[in-house]
Amino acid sequence: MKSISVENLSKSFVNGKETVEAVKPLSFEIDKAELFGFIGPDGAGKTTLIRMLTTLILADTGTATVDGFDVVMNYKEIRKRVGYMPGKFSLYQDLSVQENLEFFATIFQTTVKANYHLIKDIYDQLAPFADRPAGKLSGGMKQKLALCCALIHKPTVLFLDEPTTGVDAVSRKEFWEMLKRLQQKGITILVSTPYMDEASLCDRVALMQDGKFLRIDTPSQIIKNYSKTLLAVKGKEMFPLLQHLQRIEGIEMAYPFGEYHHVVLQNDATSIDLLKSQLQSTQELEIKPATPDIEDCFIYAMQNN
Amino acid sequence: MQPTEENIQYAITAINLTKAFGEFIAVDHISFNIKQGEIFGFLGANGAGKTTAMRMLCGLSKPTSGEATVAGFDVSTQPESIKKNIGYMSQKFSLYEDLTVMENIRFYAGIYGLSDKDIKEKVRIYYNTYTSIMKKNKLVGSLPLGWKQKLSFSIALIHEPKIVFLDEPTGGVDPLTRREFWEMIYAASQRGTTLFVTTHYMDEAEYCHRVSIMVDGSIAALGTPAELKKQFAAESMSDVFLQLARQATRQAD
Repeated sequence: MKSISVENLSKSFVNGKETVEAVKPLSFEIDKAELFGFIGPDGAGKTTLIRMLTTLILADTGTATVDGFDVVMNYKEIRKRVGYMPGKFSLYQDLSVQENLEFFATIFQTTVKANYHLIKDIYDQLAPFADRPAGKLSGGMKQKLALCCALIHKPTVLFLDEPTTGVDAVSRKEFWEMLKRLQQKGITILVSTPYMDEASLCDRVALMQDGKFLRIDTPSQIIKNYSKTLLAVKGKEMFPLLQHLQRIEGIEMAYPFGEYHHVVLQNDATSIDLLKSQLQSTQELEIKPATPDIEDCFIYAMQNN
Repeated sequence: MQPTEENIQYAITAINLTKAFGEFIAVDHISFNIKQGEIFGFLGANGAGKTTAMRMLCGLSKPTSGEATVAGFDVSTQPESIKKNIGYMSQKFSLYEDLTVMENIRFYAGIYGLSDKDIKEKVRIYYNTYTSIMKKNKLVGSLPLGWKQKLSFSIALIHEPKIVFLDEPTGGVDPLTRREFWEMIYAASQRGTTLFVTTHYMDEAEYCHRVSIMVDGSIAALGTPAELKKQFAAESMSDVFLQLARQATRQAD
């Protein structure tokens, strides 16, 4: 049995005179104990999709099951089984760390002690602040407490909506290490993120834009399927170089990419040598073939959507 | 303070700038000079002291000790002059969602005291940039995030400030729009505007002319991305950042 199974699920919202298709009909399946990422910018439909799967809103069309239970017919069963960490901090600010944890354990008719092994790694870091009101914790600590509260009833599926947004690179890394350990305990994890570099940490990802999946596959397969020739170009003055590149015929796209600019060639008629001759006037010019990463794949898929 | 040769050539100077909240030293003797037209990346983990430092430079918070000048004005004694000469784009979207694009532009131009003639001219220029999204005379609240951020940046530039502070301008924005946003930053820099930028995207650190990395209230590293990578024998700015931020002993935020 699949952990999650979705068929033609869609959702629109009416905003004044406009109808926004937040999620266009989507179908996919997620395996047990899979770490699956919804990768996409703000407005891609990630939150709407998660809210349908956690039975918080009803879909307009389609069906979905979580742990074998239908999101409409058996919503109560699903609510008992899933853990959900919303993008916005939603614990009780006036309750202490300890009180929040006990509250959520009690609501789910269990005790902190019964499932302490699940949260031990994370809670150890929170323990010094056990008596502090949740509202007075730092951003990173709030996030850890929210994760503990989402885990305390031993969920089979964990939904995390943008847990790392606005979090610095070090804390993000630590958060993903925690997720990996939870996955090893057999929990299915669905996580959404706007950070493309987090895709490589998932078993499979869906690249999302405008309510659609641009790609759904393992990160390595998505990169393998990138069919274009990609070059990395660098020069002394990067901005004039970029403007120059964007005007050259035979270049489909040119965009900044860290230390280099990435250049997508239209076809093989344009070669490195040809490009070099056109960029003769550029000081300290360096051109080399580049390996695409998920962000290159996303940009290309977005542009050709 | 009279503008002198020394403080005119730098858009921002800081000498031992410090801010303490009781016992807690949020910003601890930071010093740097930022040149006119420079894109200066201001990095640090959550809680390293970036926001406090930025608030002092914007004239919103008085330093406990040390000095800083922004656009030639002293942060302690001339905060009002600083506010007139800088643009600020907050991490939180802060345009009026219930006004249209053009209404926001006219409103902010008015707030910054532009003349009617200048406001008309700005509206004419901005109309070309935003014409594609304005056809339906949309309220700003209904724009996609990427457009909102581009608009916020344009409005931060409306009174042609010498310096613009951008606090995580590209969080959550799609990868294409994020890059278009950086092209706008480059273009502003070429026109001579100084840009002071914070970000959590390490690839964006590479787009800056120089980068400083704060750890526990101090500046732990400062240089061009190439210099920093060399100094820390790192392949990318992300490696540099991780090496430094891991040394932090202070609790985040």
